[in-house]
Amino acid sequence: MKDILTQLEDRRAQAQAGGGPRRVEAQHAKGKLSARERIELLLDEGSFEEFDMFVTHRATDFGMASNKVAGDGVITGWGTINGRQVYVFSQDFTVLGGSVSETHGQKICKIMDMAVQNGAPIIGMNDSGGARIQEGVGSLAAYGEVFQRNILASGVVPQISMIMGPCAGGAVYSPAMTDFIFMVRDSSYMFVTGPDVVKTVTNEVVTAEELGGASTHTRKSSVADGAFENDIEALAEVRRLIDFLPANNRAGVPRRPFFDDPARVDDSLDTLIPANPNTPYDMKELILKVADEGDFYEIQEDFAKNIITGFVRLEGSTVGVVANQPMVLAGCLDIDSSRKAARFVRFCDAFDIPILTFVDVPGFLPGTGQEYAGVIKHGAKLLYAYGEATVPKVTVITRKTYGGAYVVMSSKHLRGDINYAWPTAEVAVMGAKGAVEILYRSDLGDTDKIAARTAEYEENFANPFKAAERGFIDEVIMPHSTRRRVCRAFASLRGKRVTTPWKKHDNIPL
Amino acid sequence: MFKKILIANRGEIACRVIKTARRMGIATVAVYSDADAEALHVRMADEAIHIGPSPANQSYIVIDKIMEAIRSSGAEAVHPGYGFLSENPRFAEALEAAGVAFIGPPKGAIEAMGDKITSKKIADEAGVSTVPGHMGLIADADEAVQIAGQIGYPVMIKASAGGGGKGMRIAWDEAEAREGFQSSKNEAAASFGDDRIFIEKFVTQPRHIEIQVLADTHGNAVYLGERECSIQRRNQKVIEEAPSPFLDEATRRAMGEQAVALAQAVGYASAGTVEFIVDGDRNFYFLEMNTRLQVEHPVTELITGVDLVEQMIRVAAGEKLALSQDDVTLTGWAMESRLYAEDPYRGFLPSIGRLTRYRPPQEVAAGPLSEGGKWLPQPGGAEAPTAETAVRNDTGVYEGGEISMFYDPMIAKLCTWGPDRAAAIEAMRVALDSFEVEGIGHNLPFLSAVMDHPKFVSGDITTAFIAEEYPDGFDGVTLPQGALTRVAAAAAAMHRVAEIRRTRISGRMDHHERRVGTDWVVRAQGTDMAVVVDADREGATVTFDDGATRRVASDWTPGQSLARLDVDGAPLVLKVARIPAGYRLRTRGADLKVHVLSPRQAELSANLPIKEPADTSKLLLCPMPGLMVKLSVAVGDEVQEGQALCTVEAMKMENILRAERKGTVAAINADEGDSLAVDDVIMEFE
Repeated sequence: MKDILTQLEDRRAQAQAGGGPRRVEAQHAKGKLSARERIELLLDEGSFEEFDMFVTHRATDFGMASNKVAGDGVITGWGTINGRQVYVFSQDFTVLGGSVSETHGQKICKIMDMAVQNGAPIIGMNDSGGARIQEGVGSLAAYGEVFQRNILASGVVPQISMIMGPCAGGAVYSPAMTDFIFMVRDSSYMFVTGPDVVKTVTNEVVTAEELGGASTHTRKSSVADGAFENDIEALAEVRRLIDFLPANNRAGVPRRPFFDDPARVDDSLDTLIPANPNTPYDMKELILKVADEGDFYEIQEDFAKNIITGFVRLEGSTVGVVANQPMVLAGCLDIDSSRKAARFVRFCDAFDIPILTFVDVPGFLPGTGQEYAGVIKHGAKLLYAYGEATVPKVTVITRKTYGGAYVVMSSKHLRGDINYAWPTAEVAVMGAKGAVEILYRSDLGDTDKIAARTAEYEENFANPFKAAERGFIDEVIMPHSTRRRVCRAFASLRGKRVTTPWKKHDNIPL
Repeated sequence: MFKKILIANRGEIACRVIKTARRMGIATVAVYSDADAEALHVRMADEAIHIGPSPANQSYIVIDKIMEAIRSSGAEAVHPGYGFLSENPRFAEALEAAGVAFIGPPKGAIEAMGDKITSKKIADEAGVSTVPGHMGLIADADEAVQIAGQIGYPVMIKASAGGGGKGMRIAWDEAEAREGFQSSKNEAAASFGDDRIFIEKFVTQPRHIEIQVLADTHGNAVYLGERECSIQRRNQKVIEEAPSPFLDEATRRAMGEQAVALAQAVGYASAGTVEFIVDGDRNFYFLEMNTRLQVEHPVTELITGVDLVEQMIRVAAGEKLALSQDDVTLTGWAMESRLYAEDPYRGFLPSIGRLTRYRPPQEVAAGPLSEGGKWLPQPGGAEAPTAETAVRNDTGVYEGGEISMFYDPMIAKLCTWGPDRAAAIEAMRVALDSFEVEGIGHNLPFLSAVMDHPKFVSGDITTAFIAEEYPDGFDGVTLPQGALTRVAAAAAAMHRVAEIRRTRISGRMDHHERRVGTDWVVRAQGTDMAVVVDADREGATVTFDDGATRRVASDWTPGQSLARLDVDGAPLVLKVARIPAGYRLRTRGADLKVHVLSPRQAELSANLPIKEPADTSKLLLCPMPGLMVKLSVAVGDEVQEGQALCTVEAMKMENILRAERKGTVAAINADEGDSLAVDDVIMEFE
């Protein structure tokens, strides 16, 4: 018996060694932790339950029969983050470059199936050279099986991808279909075709970092939702994100003890809106002052900064926040901001996370650049996302909300549950100057008349009361009481149930 | 007594005057410019009158506008505060003509003391010690040497027309005087076309010490001790204290008596200040007299118990001084730190913007100026004395207010009082740590650094203190080992509290909860400190790997931006903010990134190479599509970090682009009126 136990220990030790100390050292030298170390830091200490430690590939071509390592380049299993269950896989670059074989793929599929069955999030740590060429189509099939499961798991359990090394070619499409992608600066990259192919085909000379590094994907392409300095920081911050996320689409948002009075008044918000309507202000200040303990987990911080998306807690429960940012492009909607916010709203809706919207929007960004690139359809994504969302939706209009953008930003007409406005709000088709120029074109030469008309228009629309008279604004609130009013609004919506007509699925304007 | 007074000023001093007036049952009228429509003094006053556009020369210093405000409000008297119209004889004249009392000295005294040469002459005649010197023209080197000998070395040889250090020499002996005279003369001729030279005593180890005087219209005058104001940056006072750590009783009396003599010589009636320069041998020389309430007057109030604003009002109303020289006693020690909206990390560049957070420390009344646990002038929010030390904050701003570019960057005067100098300094350290200011750059870290500077602590200071001790500016504080381990112990204890809260989240697997460990590694200031945290109800005992322990008492809860702890029986106040996977902790002028790691995290992170700091670009890129509306700099300009470079209008919003670091503008690629796309290169730096 003792021999058998020892044998198990030996085999475990072998599997745990991965590609061996020399390769692990090389991994460290590149600024990366090993696959097993990453799991250790991601999960609560001692909580990891590993599956398929002894799985090896079955390939024989190209001398592969003699090149087998237990685990086959990916470590899979489950564990807990602050006591809540998650499924994880972590690709081991020290074993055959973390390449994806048929069995490697099967290991990932196994934990994905279990995650969906048991209702727990999936966190993938990607660090792989790509398909295992020696296995040919077997490897491609493995990718396909993973893709299919990403699709089936989408909207059922949260899926998070951490890019912690190379992720190239077909491999990118699994993370691409997950809910969030996080990268590590300077040690990770993602692209469909690498710099060599790019050079051969298009003659562009570009480094891997420029083509698909963290900066590219967080600022330019918006493929990634965030980036971190190193593995340790990335793993700690993903733990923090998990604290915000529901385990699945039926579990509801997590609740946590909180140390912030829901009725806390913040008088400084009464002066947030500058006297000059053309002066920007920082909408993040409002988010931080409304949130529990000023804690905000921002998603896509560096992309389309004219809209802010992320998670906060109110009374200890997670709420998704979408807010126009007057500091950037006056907070207007454009293609990028609409896409960014639409995806975030749909994530929240899929996982029953209530949505808080702060509105200060002058309209859609004009220009050929926008029209040629299809702002009509892209802008419609956000409109669609808000309209289809059945989670509790609370909206606060802080300053202006003009034209179609007014409707888009979680208005009452898109089933907004509770829509508040600050006294500084202006709800109108457009600003006074523009409106008067259209309405009174014949008076344009007469400055006195125009001034009187402008004043008249402002009297009518440069305030929230016309909208409130129609019930499109439920209540005009004092800025300093925003936290209390918003907390109570969400509290009143805890029992919200909505039924929508049966459909196979929707047809959002993609 | 007056029923209603107008305060012809703004900011903290207007608020300060309003507080005393209110206590005396006098109604107050504030005046304000466009930029100050929402200012604190406007909110505090009983009435407020708009007097014009934001620039002071179109509002606060326009005599006609103030006079109009007086007429329309029916104020019987005007307190001018400091600056603006406070020392303007024409204003005093206008008030006199209108039959309105000026809460300040008579016009004649303002005029007499307003001119450097006249004031020195009057002082000399009144028996006040002035800097020995020869004002007449000097014919040749021989005469120069003779005069220098009479004055006594060292002497300063100065060009009459001089400025900027040109034509200026310091001579320590005859040979240097001879040589210095000639070279000064040559330099003066070349630089100013005027080779007139004069000589005066060069004051070594100079300190700036001033005497507070108080006089009435009945010929009575007293002095209320001195204030030491040597901590200055480019002639801007930063820290003041009373009394001076340098004066002895005899010098104090001599200075005080001379100051009173001067006040009487000019028929002074109000609060005034006689400034002296004092050398290393306690020789003192008259500099000038300020015929107004000084910025730093609270330190005198705190040690004498006299409300100077009240006294000024009473004198202006014609009352006799209720106190004689014998009634004036100096009790304990008071410190004042001036909080400036200036960023010490960016060459003390003024910083403007919104005060997203402004939480001064709790005021605590104690010492001579308090009575029954209240301040005599009752600044808002004072609490019963709980300590042997007092905290007072004179401020003119509030959270959510705007610091504009139009006025003085001083936003508050934080004062502490204690039975002795050490207690006042310690109270100031804690008060500075407890002062939360966010949204703008400010000098709190610098003030903290000075409070911990050994030379300051010992009282060994001169007016050159800041220039000598911070020759390359201020780049933050590195905590000494002892202070660092205090912070580390606190961070570990706080982190444990935060982590335990995280484990109380809903939806966890029953019976498989996370257990928060006791072993941690605190990483700060480039060192790793392994600790064991033994937590209990009141806090935690933190043991370091060398066996040393620190006891942390804390009621901090996660999310609190200010942690008031007690480490080993001494207070430790930390400003706490979240950074990725760690905390930003600020205390005692240090701004630390602190990571509390599990032992495994620490071990694994040791394997990773340390990253080189990212390449800092030398380009200013346009962050958004827009229109260049204003270029604020030109090619060749040296810019400070945070300085405005240009303004880009996008979607009708004006966005100011600022320098990310110090540099020189090498090229500007956009003109005003140009349309810009994202990432267009606007400027290049050398």
